Amino acid sequence: MSKTSFQTKALTKVYTSGETQIHALRGVDIEIPSGEIVVLLGPSGSGKSTFLNIIGGLDQATSGHVHFRGRDLATYSSRELTYFRRENIGFVFQAYNLVPSLTALENVALVTEISPNPLDPMEALDAVGLKDRANHFPSQMSGGEQQRAAIARALAKRPEVLLCDEPTGALDSETGIVVLKAILAVNQKYKTTCIIITHNASIAQLAHRVIHFADGNVAHIELNEVRKSPDEISW
Amino acid sequence: MIGALNKKSLRDIWNIKGQVVAIILVMAAGIAVFVIMFGVLDSLRLTQSTYYDRYQFADVFASLKRAPESVKQRASEIPGVSVIESRVIFGVTLKMKDMIEPASGKIISLPDGRHPLLNNLYLRSGRMLYPNEENAVLADESFFHAHDLELGDKVSVIMNGHRRQLKIVGVVLSPEYVYSIAPGALMPDGKRFGVFWMSRRSLEAAVNMKGAFNDLSLKIERDANIEYVKEHLNLILKPYGGLISYSREEQLSNFFVENELKQLESLGWLAPIIFLSVAAFLINVVMSRQIATQREQIGMLKAVGYSDLEISLHYLKMVLLITSVGALIGLSLGGWMGVGMTEMYANLFHFPILKYSFSVEVMIFSVFFCTIAAVAGTLFAIRSAVNLPPAEAMRPESPEEFKPTFLEKIGLHKQLSFLSRIIFRQLERRPMRAIFSALGMSLALSILIFSFFMEDSMDYLMDVQYDITQREDVNISFVEARPYRALEEIRVLPGVVNVEPIRNVPVSLKFAHFNKRSLITGLIENADLRRVIDSELNPVSMPKQGLAMSKKLADTLHIKVGDILQVEVLEEKQQVLSIPVVAITQEFIGMGLFMDIRELNRILDESPKINGASIMVDPNHSAILYKKLKDIPAIMGLNITSILRQKFEDIIAENLLQMVSINILFACFISFGVIYNTARIAFSERGRELASLRVLGLTRREVAYLLFGELGLITLVSIPLGIWIGKLMVTGMVSTMDTELFRIPTYLSNRTFGVASTIVLVSAAISFYLVWRQVDSIDLVSAQKGVE
Repeated sequence: MSKTSFQTKALTKVYTSGETQIHALRGVDIEIPSGEIVVLLGPSGSGKSTFLNIIGGLDQATSGHVHFRGRDLATYSSRELTYFRRENIGFVFQAYNLVPSLTALENVALVTEISPNPLDPMEALDAVGLKDRANHFPSQMSGGEQQRAAIARALAKRPEVLLCDEPTGALDSETGIVVLKAILAVNQKYKTTCIIITHNASIAQLAHRVIHFADGNVAHIELNEVRKSPDEISW
Repeated sequence: MIGALNKKSLRDIWNIKGQVVAIILVMAAGIAVFVIMFGVLDSLRLTQSTYYDRYQFADVFASLKRAPESVKQRASEIPGVSVIESRVIFGVTLKMKDMIEPASGKIISLPDGRHPLLNNLYLRSGRMLYPNEENAVLADESFFHAHDLELGDKVSVIMNGHRRQLKIVGVVLSPEYVYSIAPGALMPDGKRFGVFWMSRRSLEAAVNMKGAFNDLSLKIERDANIEYVKEHLNLILKPYGGLISYSREEQLSNFFVENELKQLESLGWLAPIIFLSVAAFLINVVMSRQIATQREQIGMLKAVGYSDLEISLHYLKMVLLITSVGALIGLSLGGWMGVGMTEMYANLFHFPILKYSFSVEVMIFSVFFCTIAAVAGTLFAIRSAVNLPPAEAMRPESPEEFKPTFLEKIGLHKQLSFLSRIIFRQLERRPMRAIFSALGMSLALSILIFSFFMEDSMDYLMDVQYDITQREDVNISFVEARPYRALEEIRVLPGVVNVEPIRNVPVSLKFAHFNKRSLITGLIENADLRRVIDSELNPVSMPKQGLAMSKKLADTLHIKVGDILQVEVLEEKQQVLSIPVVAITQEFIGMGLFMDIRELNRILDESPKINGASIMVDPNHSAILYKKLKDIPAIMGLNITSILRQKFEDIIAENLLQMVSINILFACFISFGVIYNTARIAFSERGRELASLRVLGLTRREVAYLLFGELGLITLVSIPLGIWIGKLMVTGMVSTMDTELFRIPTYLSNRTFGVASTIVLVSAAISFYLVWRQVDSIDLVSAQKGVE
């Protein structure tokens, strides 16, 4: 695992709100190797969501560089960012953000229809253990099922990277474990780099690499010699 | 296979079906009114011109005392004249069994053995006349129907002093009598005025006009100068007692038809434009707010890699689907109702043929206009959503800055509960949203007021006409001017409480280069029955000298008080007089010209004469009086004011108010559609917040108070605003409806404000109830998660 997925240099992000300026990122330098599970840990406001949004092409940095496959995202136009997201990034959000008027299968199809090389939507649902819920609407599914549908939607495009912002934040621990297993399965089966934001330090035990954020910067990085399986952790 | 995004469109539409129906309703109503009005107007215009064309309606008319047929030959040699036809026309009195008062009529000659070259007849039923057929006539359809006559029935007429029975052998329509109006009358009245056609030779024999004529009609060549033709015709006819010739524009029936059409046009132009604009504005606001509620989904679509263009197209498809349904319904409704309305008007106007014309341009324009409005609203909302970084769009909108409200700053907040404070802060935080909601409701109210206005205005006009100016119970007219003592003969009849004389003199007016045919009405000073009023509706005493003139006539002639008017009397002596204008009067109907009756007789150089009278009747003796009056042969016409008023109201109810009631119906649709949407969108925008409050332990009642308190306040503000906008629209319309026949008074009754506001309030109540049922069923968990 020597290939690099993302490399950032002096990445900053400043939000202006009225007369006050909020420095969300203060010069982040980081390298994320390909195919790893990376957990971003840190208190609220430490900059981890901002970081995730910028490397996922959802937001633009104020200054600095994000290299992905040798190109700098900072130089991308809005259109190029759209295609970057479409082809390379799968997102999983804390609030699931499924389209309420579409079934699980159709929510997945929403993404496969615009991807160059997608999985069959049913296969994606199967990968997260939701094959038998394919024709249910979000309102007919539990939170864990909705989140797994969201993961299926994210992985169906065969992304290089899966970005998960508090994927278990809204779930109880039992359901959370099911969701984490689904993410791990994706990582193993498709060699997808998975970057997971969490508040929950025990989830960090699943990761190859844990990046601690504090005050808009990387505090320290730890590598897990021994990774636990989801069944072994609890919160 | 239909894509996932298309499925989303369809299901999203289904989810907001209530609002979609409301939007479709507003749009369909706007388009339908537009299509109906223009369809009716275009169709009537086409029908009119086709009818005039096919039945050779003349361009120039002249009446005279008597001329030998050879004079016609001379007139036909005037350069520019293409067709000429001479006729004998004779006024008659009709004694109808079903009427207490006498009716008046005209008998017009028809050439024997050929069709008339001009003013041809359309045979509705029965047959045409045989050559030289005696005592047989063709009757005008409106008279025939008004008296429920049948073919073969006989009418009793007094013609040249002799009573005759004429058999009706056919029922006809004439381009000259599309509106069958007695000279001097204000309204067509098939019951009291009839037109008949008789064989020329028989008529000549009956009225001693052998080899002579007393009426000419002319068709002129397309590029001929009509004024030139008229001038030469006047010169030729003058020795034969010719009155000034007049063109089609001044022909009585055509004048009335034109006036009616003009009125329909101003109502038909302005109303649909207002309706369509209001509908378009509302669709725009509703669509933009509808799309704004989809902000989070737009953020998600962007995050997973949909481009701005794809997202925009997705929502545009949704909007276009809704607008196409609205357009389709609006167009079909408009076409269908337009055909019905056109038929109704064609009957009212007595057009024999009916030509429909629904212009494709009008349809395309109305649909395009609404669609553009919807698309613009959508794009505006999409733009503000796609301009946000997806990560931000996906989050619920972050709380904006709250400040203490104005009410709190002035210390009134202590009076307010905490819930009320939320309402006021909400309003102050998003003033534009509140303003647009209030504006939407105001527009709904204003088009209601605008629609009710015609009825109010007509009622007011009636009141002024019949309670202030024309206060007599009966007015009579004599066959010809009679000496003043005729008045005393009437005064002594049983049941007569008061009687005042009237002298009418037909004139041609000239001031600078402005001309107008008119009638000088001589009234007594300080009249009590037939009065003239000023702009404040106060009675004006008739000036001892000079003319009092209605404002409209003064405007038409561009004349003002103090100017000298040239008056050519269209009676035997044909004097040309110069008379000063001394007063301007207010009149909503007609274009009156008044003078003191003694002064009028003096300048006409006549012994005091009258040709009519206004009578106030003792209601207990009215039946005897009418019978006595009917038996006086000198009396040609008798009008009972209450019947005139009824007739007037009926005619207005039949034509203008038909269109108005369609407006009212659609205005109700629009009001409801708008208010329901406003309430429903307010609910979607705040669903999550309301759910949170429910979770915190607020009762459903309290949550409803929060939502509807805000909407209720907006509704209350919208009422005075709507009344103000409604008044503006009315003022705009009045200025376009100023015709020679009518001025529409700018008058709105309190009842209208009441009814219009009630419709808005009831729409609001129903909408609130429908939304309340949704508040009632907020799924607390899913609402918290952002799933609607």
